Amino acid sequence: MAAIIEGRVHKFGDDVDTDAIMPGRYLAIQEPAELAKHVFEGVDPEFVRRVQPGDILVAGRNFGSGSSREHAPLGLKALGLGCVVAASFARIFYRNAINLGLPIVISPEAAAAARDGDTMRVDTARGTVEVGGRSFACQPFPPFLQELIAAGGLVPWVRSEMEKVK
Amino acid sequence: MGMTMAQKILAAHAVEGAERAEPGAILRARPDVVLLNDVSGPLAFRQFREMGAQRVADPEAVAIVCDHFAPAPTLAAAQSLGELRRFAREQGIPHFFEVGQGGIEHSLLPERGLVAPGRLVVGGDSHTCTYGAFGAFGTGLGSTDIAATLALGYLWFMVPESSLFLFHGRRRPYVTGKDVVLRVLQEIGVDGATYQSMEFGGDGIEAMNMDERMAICNMAVEAGAKTGMVIPDQVTEEWARSRLPGPYRAVAPDPDARYAATYRFDLEEFGPLVARPHSPGNVAPLEEVAGTRVDQVYIGNCANGTLTDLRQAAAILGGRKVAPGTRAVVVPATQQIYRQALAEGLIDRFVEAGVAVSTPTCGACFGGHMGLLDDGEVAVATTNRNFRGRMGHAGARVYLANAYVAAAAAVAGEIVDPAEVAGPAAVA
Repeated sequence: MAAIIEGRVHKFGDDVDTDAIMPGRYLAIQEPAELAKHVFEGVDPEFVRRVQPGDILVAGRNFGSGSSREHAPLGLKALGLGCVVAASFARIFYRNAINLGLPIVISPEAAAAARDGDTMRVDTARGTVEVGGRSFACQPFPPFLQELIAAGGLVPWVRSEMEKVK
Repeated sequence: MGMTMAQKILAAHAVEGAERAEPGAILRARPDVVLLNDVSGPLAFRQFREMGAQRVADPEAVAIVCDHFAPAPTLAAAQSLGELRRFAREQGIPHFFEVGQGGIEHSLLPERGLVAPGRLVVGGDSHTCTYGAFGAFGTGLGSTDIAATLALGYLWFMVPESSLFLFHGRRRPYVTGKDVVLRVLQEIGVDGATYQSMEFGGDGIEAMNMDERMAICNMAVEAGAKTGMVIPDQVTEEWARSRLPGPYRAVAPDPDARYAATYRFDLEEFGPLVARPHSPGNVAPLEEVAGTRVDQVYIGNCANGTLTDLRQAAAILGGRKVAPGTRAVVVPATQQIYRQALAEGLIDRFVEAGVAVSTPTCGACFGGHMGLLDDGEVAVATTNRNFRGRMGHAGARVYLANAYVAAAAAVAGEIVDPAEVAGPAAVA
């Protein structure tokens, strides 16, 4: 995970569900680049044309609620999003994003302050988010999750656990 | 200080062995069952290989179900289902459920004795929490977490806080388990139990059968919960004794267990409820939406294609017809339920009424196939999510309701009190 992520804000509201992020009819697809074409297809068909690699998705409470489909964070990651900043995340999406190495940041204050089109700067090492000339603190992850994030996700963790068993 | 059901079940499954499991602690635990389907499976297999894993740690603990895009409606779906078959064969997975021989995962696994009180079940599907009806800790995960569990036989878990939901009193006519969970969502909202275990009890819950308990626990995730469980009681014991092949150990919370919150509801205080578009938390009394014209009625899903739901629907549809301008789809959740519904004459009543009866499948609930909605269409569904665009076009509108209300909407062509269609009947 890059220590500094700077990008343009795409602002969403509360309770963005994974059906909205990746419609069910595409769940027989596994190829990330193919999934990326359908992100927000039903509710915001222009999104994939507006978004640029490195952009930051900002949302309110309960981002990624609903279905456990990993196709949702996979599609967001394959679009090249720099980070997802939200007031809070739904549980399964939160795990999935960390597992896949999609950077996520919890900051209700930054999520509230950011506006569509703003430039946002996330410093994961310092745990701050700067937007609109103000700086906000990120909510820190529990130590175990910090290790997972630093390792790049769950795959390396499983590899090291398998080594221990051997 | 005592422990909740969630704390006790996680402690009992801890790899290192644990007397206690405190909320917020992270531990490694060994699930009894790992569930995959044709949506989560193929991605999990990719990650399994990426992890460098060769063999599944415990093939006996794995259940693979063909249910989402099943039978395959597209070539891509046929390939996904093929991946399930191949993995099951290569890894020697005994609990593989083929099209036509199983059904929808969360109704199927308890039926086949894989879910039991006190067990820990992880599934590549958010509605894995349905198993709480049977006193099991079921929790949904993404494909990478499932792949890790396949490879290691264990996974990391954070011990959740728990909230207690108590229902007392006698329910009004046409009120079901679905209304119980909609009442909870109305109260706490769609992130009111994020990362928590929801534990349900009280004499109102104790009077409900296993099917209705499934409807309740199924939607715990709609409040953001990690799991939702009914506190085991006489009904649980009877179900377990008559259905399970082997031993089990029911786990109840300690009397002095610590809950983050306790909610009390009086069942006599509400009639049938409906979740309006586009959120399961947008709940209103049925009267408030009565008169809404309906294009499609969909009765089925992982917890509402049960025999109880089908009997409720048949009680309304039997001897009546689906209204002109409206269409109805009924999906029995498993082959066993389908067969029993045939034996009871329920299927005949549906077909006679003009209903399309489907083979067991997740189907249109998640917008996969078998009844997607077009722009501007309105549906009443017994499913669990009415997010914008989930059942098809983003311009469709879905109301979530119990099977009586859905069936009555099919007959009337609009949302209506079931009593107006079928009289002031008692509860099924």
